[in-house]
Amino acid sequence: MTAAPESAAVTVRSRRRLPIHGWHPSRLARREALWGFLFISPWLIGFLVFTLAPMIASLGFTFTNVSLAQEQPLAFVGLHNWQTMLGDAQTWASLGVTFRFALLQLPIAMILPLSLAIALNARALKGPGAFRVLFFLPYVIPFVSGVLIWQGMLNLETGWLNAFLRFTGIENPPNWLNDSTFIYPALVFIGIWGIGSAIIVNLAGLRGIPTELYDAANIDGAGWWGSLRNVTLPLMSPVIFYTLILSIVDVLQYFLVPLVINNGTGEPDGTTFFFNLYLYKTFFTYQNMAYGATLAWMLFLVTLLVSLVVFWSSRRWVYYAGER
Amino acid sequence: MDTGAGRFADVATAGVVGQDARRRFRRPRRPRDARRSFTITFILVVVLAAFLSPILRAALVSLKTPAQLSETNAPFLPSVPSTFAWEGKEYDVYIVPLPEGSRELALVKPGRQQSDFLDPADPAAGTITWQGSWRTLERAWTLSPAWSNYSDVWALIDFPRLLFNTIAIALIGMVGVLVSCTLVAYGFARFRFPGRSLLFMILIATIFLPGAVTVIPTYTVFSKIGWVGTWLPLLVPVFFANAFDVFLLRQYLLTIPREMDEAAAIDGAGPFRTLVSVILPQAWPVVIAVAIFHFVYSWNDFFNPLIYLSTKPELQTLAVGLQRFNGIHYRNPAYVQAGTLMTMVIPVIIFLIFQRVFTRGIVITGVEK
Repeated sequence: MTAAPESAAVTVRSRRRLPIHGWHPSRLARREALWGFLFISPWLIGFLVFTLAPMIASLGFTFTNVSLAQEQPLAFVGLHNWQTMLGDAQTWASLGVTFRFALLQLPIAMILPLSLAIALNARALKGPGAFRVLFFLPYVIPFVSGVLIWQGMLNLETGWLNAFLRFTGIENPPNWLNDSTFIYPALVFIGIWGIGSAIIVNLAGLRGIPTELYDAANIDGAGWWGSLRNVTLPLMSPVIFYTLILSIVDVLQYFLVPLVINNGTGEPDGTTFFFNLYLYKTFFTYQNMAYGATLAWMLFLVTLLVSLVVFWSSRRWVYYAGER
Repeated sequence: MDTGAGRFADVATAGVVGQDARRRFRRPRRPRDARRSFTITFILVVVLAAFLSPILRAALVSLKTPAQLSETNAPFLPSVPSTFAWEGKEYDVYIVPLPEGSRELALVKPGRQQSDFLDPADPAAGTITWQGSWRTLERAWTLSPAWSNYSDVWALIDFPRLLFNTIAIALIGMVGVLVSCTLVAYGFARFRFPGRSLLFMILIATIFLPGAVTVIPTYTVFSKIGWVGTWLPLLVPVFFANAFDVFLLRQYLLTIPREMDEAAAIDGAGPFRTLVSVILPQAWPVVIAVAIFHFVYSWNDFFNPLIYLSTKPELQTLAVGLQRFNGIHYRNPAYVQAGTLMTMVIPVIIFLIFQRVFTRGIVITGVEK
């Protein structure tokens, strides 16, 4: 590290000023910035190579006829793939499947962890630590193990869910995984072990609510329900918002469970032919890169659109303490 | 992602400590409180039992024989049909309704109208004749877990090979995550550079990016350069950091006072030296958290090993091997459930040992953003 004379530093600064508004680096600041870029370079390179470039490439693919085998000469086809997709009945059917499932899955993914967190946070509860650990535990069970365990649990003859239903007097309990009426509740059951992290996040949020607010609500005559409505829910809204966005991104990409339970056949009656499954099959089974990429961008745009709507609506229902 | 959320998180973590301390001083004393305490605890025990009951079912099924699984009136616990050996011959044991009550007797001479039985407890007493068709009788069962299912699956699925692959991929990836994410987090936490907050926002945004939009070109490139069917697509990207772990590390590094690294800098230590000898020794809790998170994530990952290793069974991980095994042996639920339990035992043990690390990490990444 040679110490350059002050005058030299000044000339360097004037000559090589970075074209960023308001940044007039001293030699020290520039050295610091250089180190900063050096340290974040693994991510920066990884982002460019494994995220940005593939995103742009897949957008590019949508305007071509590229495929893994490439039997026909590579050509620019304009909006052909997009037109095909918009006229493809399977696109809309799969999108419908995904949205129908999301309509059932999302409320449960939001309400169940919040209710459990409220119960786990109750002062009257004995042994809250043990409950916390055990409710979180299934979250670390490998995905395939969890699906296979629940598949057994939901079995028509030998599953415990139907054993319980028979015990309560229901003579013909449903064939959960093979009946198009019951397949979505069945998939919700299979996904129920994933709520562990949402419970923990909700619990941490609940503990961040100052107890004075509950005391104040009590003095104002609010009961349990009043406190929940007027204190807990408004103060939990940032956590609910975060969980909701993550759940939306997850549920719109849903397809691995059907891939494991029936190898992605879409049974029963196409009710498990999710949009991402259609995309997966288009690419990995039929090796159609161009059309697969078009479906992928469609999924990305749909996810973005739904997220933006939720973001836009959040101004009305998400409450940040100390704002305004 | 603004200051409001950040402050919120500080309150949240402080609340975790505060509440536990408070709880100790406010034991329910009045009878009404005791009743309330019992009710809520009881309800949660029931909910928890239902929530975890599939694990118990899997364990019971995994220890049953095909004979028991195909029998509709078989007992709840893993059992085998009882037999009785007498004078060099094996006899099946049935539950026989006799005038003085049902007894478990060994069928020695079956007949259409009447059958002869022996009492296994007192065979010397001679045969007991029972009127009726023996085919209407129910078998008696003896408790007997089929532990051999586990050794069968161990061999059938080639468990040692899959276990080695899973652990190797998880450990190599762990090194990659620790090295790259520590460097990146250090860069974001300690250095000012133009565009830092924008880049950090992009980093966080990648958490919300659907993977589908990048997988096709990525797979295609890996396929063209001959990496499909090797571990490289699973390992190489891991060395370029990921948003989740960088965020976790950065949040922790921000809490470490700058005075010590400034002192090190005055003593002539370069940024690398400062990271290794000043920052890392203070950051080991979060480093352990990231290491464990990655290990469990890698262990449980299904999609990446599925698409990149589907043609190479000898290179696959447990998650993919288990799915393949289920495709072959789905007719024997005992084998499938034994395989699922063998696959999940290590992540579950790791979680039980490090459960505090898990919950703290999820609180940081989940609430602070």
